[in-house]
Amino acid sequence: MAVAAAMFVGVVAYALFGGADFGSGFFDLTAGGSERGAELRTQIDRSIGPVWEANHVWLIYVLVTWWTAFPEAFAAAMNTLIVPMFLALFGIVLRGASFAFRKYAATLAQARLFGVVFALSSVVTPFFFGTVAGAIASGRVPMDGRGDLIGSWVNPTSLFGGVIAVGTCAFLAGVFLTADADRAGATRLAEILRLRTLSVGLVTGAVVFAALVPIERDAPTLADGLETRAAPLIVLSFLAGVGTLVLLVRRRYALARPVALLAVAAVVLGWGVGQYPWLLVDQITIADAAGARATLQGVLIAGAVAAALVLPSLAYLYRLTQTEEWTRPEH
Amino acid sequence: MGTTNLLLTALSSELADPAGLMPARQQMALSLGWHIVLACFGVALPAMIFVMHWLGVRRRDDTALLLAHRWAKVSAVLFAIGVVSGTALAFQMGLLWPGLMGTYGDVVGLSFAFEGLAFFLEAIFLGIYLYGWGRIDPRKHLWFVLPMAITGIIGTYCILTVNAWMNAPVGFDIIGGEVTNIDPWAVLFNPNAIWQFLHMWVAAYMVAGFSVAAVYAVGLLKGRRDRYHRLGFTLPFAFASVAAVLQPLVGHLLGARLAETQPAKLAAFELATETDDGASPLRIGGFLVDGVVKWSIDIPYLGSLMARNSFTKPVQGLDTIPVEDHPPVNITHWAFQSMIGIGILLMLAAVVFWVARWRGRDLLEQRLFLRFVAISGVLAAIAMEAGWIATEVGRQPWIVYGIMRTPEAAGDNSGLWWLLGTTMVVYTLMTIGAAIVIRSMARRWRDGEQDLPSPYGPRADQLSGRAS
Repeated sequence: MAVAAAMFVGVVAYALFGGADFGSGFFDLTAGGSERGAELRTQIDRSIGPVWEANHVWLIYVLVTWWTAFPEAFAAAMNTLIVPMFLALFGIVLRGASFAFRKYAATLAQARLFGVVFALSSVVTPFFFGTVAGAIASGRVPMDGRGDLIGSWVNPTSLFGGVIAVGTCAFLAGVFLTADADRAGATRLAEILRLRTLSVGLVTGAVVFAALVPIERDAPTLADGLETRAAPLIVLSFLAGVGTLVLLVRRRYALARPVALLAVAAVVLGWGVGQYPWLLVDQITIADAAGARATLQGVLIAGAVAAALVLPSLAYLYRLTQTEEWTRPEH
Repeated sequence: MGTTNLLLTALSSELADPAGLMPARQQMALSLGWHIVLACFGVALPAMIFVMHWLGVRRRDDTALLLAHRWAKVSAVLFAIGVVSGTALAFQMGLLWPGLMGTYGDVVGLSFAFEGLAFFLEAIFLGIYLYGWGRIDPRKHLWFVLPMAITGIIGTYCILTVNAWMNAPVGFDIIGGEVTNIDPWAVLFNPNAIWQFLHMWVAAYMVAGFSVAAVYAVGLLKGRRDRYHRLGFTLPFAFASVAAVLQPLVGHLLGARLAETQPAKLAAFELATETDDGASPLRIGGFLVDGVVKWSIDIPYLGSLMARNSFTKPVQGLDTIPVEDHPPVNITHWAFQSMIGIGILLMLAAVVFWVARWRGRDLLEQRLFLRFVAISGVLAAIAMEAGWIATEVGRQPWIVYGIMRTPEAAGDNSGLWWLLGTTMVVYTLMTIGAAIVIRSMARRWRDGEQDLPSPYGPRADQLSGRAS
C-alpha cells in the first residue's frame, strides 16, 4: 500500500512537471509562423530547457516502481496496452531528441523541422498516456491473457482521458510560461500567453466535468469512486481551476502557478482515489498484485533515499531557474 | 548496430519460438546497442569535463574553460538522446519480455530502482551545470558536474548488477515452480557484478576518451595545430590511455570467472569443441562447421593461460554440454576475439604515444598516428559492441542463465516487427539529426561564433548580430 502510494506520487509528479513540459508543445505548435512565434519559442526553450530531463525521470521512476512492486500487473498492462504505450514511447523519443536538436540547429529551416516534430510529439504523447489511464480505470486490462488491442484504449473513458491529459498539460504549461514571460519582462508575450491559457483552461475544465457523464456508463467502478471517496478532490480541483483562471484574469501570475498545480494534482489524485483499492480496475487489487515482501521494503528504502537526495536537489534546480540570473538569456 | 542485427538474424533457427521472440531480440539489440554508446558518454564525459573545467579554473586557462564549455554543450545534445533512448529501454523491458518481467520483476527491480535514482540525480545536476554557465560563480559552478560523474558510475553499477544476475542468477529460490525467498539485495550485491561493472566502466572511458580525442586528431590533421586542439586531444587521450591499459587486466579477471559460472560461453569464446587433455591452445580466428573447427590459428598453452590462469587446466569443451544449451558458437567466438584484438591495438597505441612522449618525441607530428587516433573512437565503440554481443549471445539460449530460456520470456506478438521497423527509421533519423547538429555546432565554433543562439526568425539574427 505504501509502495502504491509512492508510485502514485510519481504519477502525480510526472503529470504535473512532465505535463508542464509536454504542454509547452501545444503553445509551440500554436505560436504562429517562424517570425511571429520566435519570441514565444525562445521563451519555451528557456523555460523547459534546464528542467525537462529531470522532470522526465519521474516516468522512469513510475515504470521501475511498477514492475518492481507489481510485476504481474505491469506485464499485463504492457501486454494489452502495447499500442498506446509504443505510440507514447515514440512521442517521447522524438520530442526529447528534436527539442535538443532545435536548440542548436544551424539554420531556420532545420529549426522549423525539429520544432514541428517537437511540438507535435509533445501534444500526442500525453494523449496516449491519458488513454492508458482510461483503459486501466475502465477495467479493460485483464490480468490473464490479452485484452482488446484497440478497443482497450479506443473507448469513451480512454478518449476523454487522452483529451484531459493534453488539456491539463497545456493548461499547466500556459500558466508557467505566462509567469516566466512576465518575470523576464516580456509583457506583450505574457499577455498573448495569458489569453491562450485562459481559453485552454476553460475548455479543459469543461471537458473534465463533461467526462463525468460518459464515465458513469463506461467505467462504473471509477464513477462510483469519483462520486463518493474522490468527490472532495473533484470539488477541490474545480475550485482551484476557477481560482487559477481568476488569478490569470487579474494578472497574479506567480500565485497562479501553485493553484494550477493544485487543480491538476487534484484531478489526478481523484482518479487514483476513485479507483482505489484496484490497481487494474475490476481485475486486481493493489494488495493482491504486490510482489515479494523483501523487494517492497527495498523499494521503500530506495524511495526514502530518493526523497532525501533527489528532492533537495530538485528543489534547488527549480529555485535556480526561477531566479533573476536564470531568467535572462545565456550570456 | 546494424551488424548486431544482421548477426542476430543468423540466430533465428528454431521454428517453434513465440512470434514475439525474433523481433524482440532484434529490437533489444538495436536499442541497447544504440543506447550503450550514449551511455558511455553519459558516464565518462562528465569526468573529462570536470578535469578540463578544473584545469581552466585552477590555472586561469581560458582555452581549457572554452573546451569544457563546448564539451558541455555537445553533451547536452548527447544526453538528450541518451535520456530518451534510455526511456525506450525501460518501456521495452515490459513490452518485449513480459515473461521475464512478470516472473522476475520483483527480483531485479531494486537494482533498476537504484539506477533510476542515480539517473534522477544525474539529470538534475545536468540541468544545473549546463545552464549554470555564466550564471553561477565559476569556482562553485565547477563542482556541479562532479555529482554527474559519480551518479553515472553508480548507475552503471546498478544496471550491470541486472546483467550479472542474468548471467549468474541469485537472490531467489524456485520451489514447486514458484519463485520464492526473494532477496533483491543479493542481486544488488552479487559477486559477478563488480567485475562486469569495472569492465564496462573502463570501456566507457575508452569509448568516450578515444572519440573526443579523435575529433581533435582530425583537427590537427587539417592543420589546426594550436594549443586548443592539443589540449582537446591530450586530456581525453590520457583518460582513454589509462582505461585502455587497465582494460586487459580487468577483462582477464572477469573472464577467469567464466570457467566456473558459464562453461558454455567460455567454450564458445575459445572455440573449444572438446575438453583437451592438458592445456588448451588459443584459437585465433576459425569457424565451427558441422562440429569441426576450421581455418583457425592455434597457439599452444595460451588458451589455458588466458582463460584459466594455468598451463595445465584445459578449457571445458562444448561436447560436455547438451546441444540444446549451446550458444551460437561462431558469433560468440568472433565477437569475443574482435573485442580483444581491437582492445590490444588501442592499448598499444596508447602505450606508444606516452612512451614516445616520455622520450621526447611528439607523435602529434606524425600523420599516421593522428590518422589512427581519428578512427580510434569508432574502433573502441566496435570493441565495446563486440564485447556485448559476445556476452549476450554467449549466454543464449538462456535469458536467466540455467533457469529461464529466452523464448519463455518473449510474448506472442508478431506485431513487434512493426515496432522494429519504426524504431530503425526513428533511430536512423535521430543519428542523422545528431550528426548534423553537432557538426554544425563545430563549424560555427570554428567560424568564431560563441553562443550559438537558437535560430528563430529575425530575433535570432539580432542576437547573433549582437554577439559578433
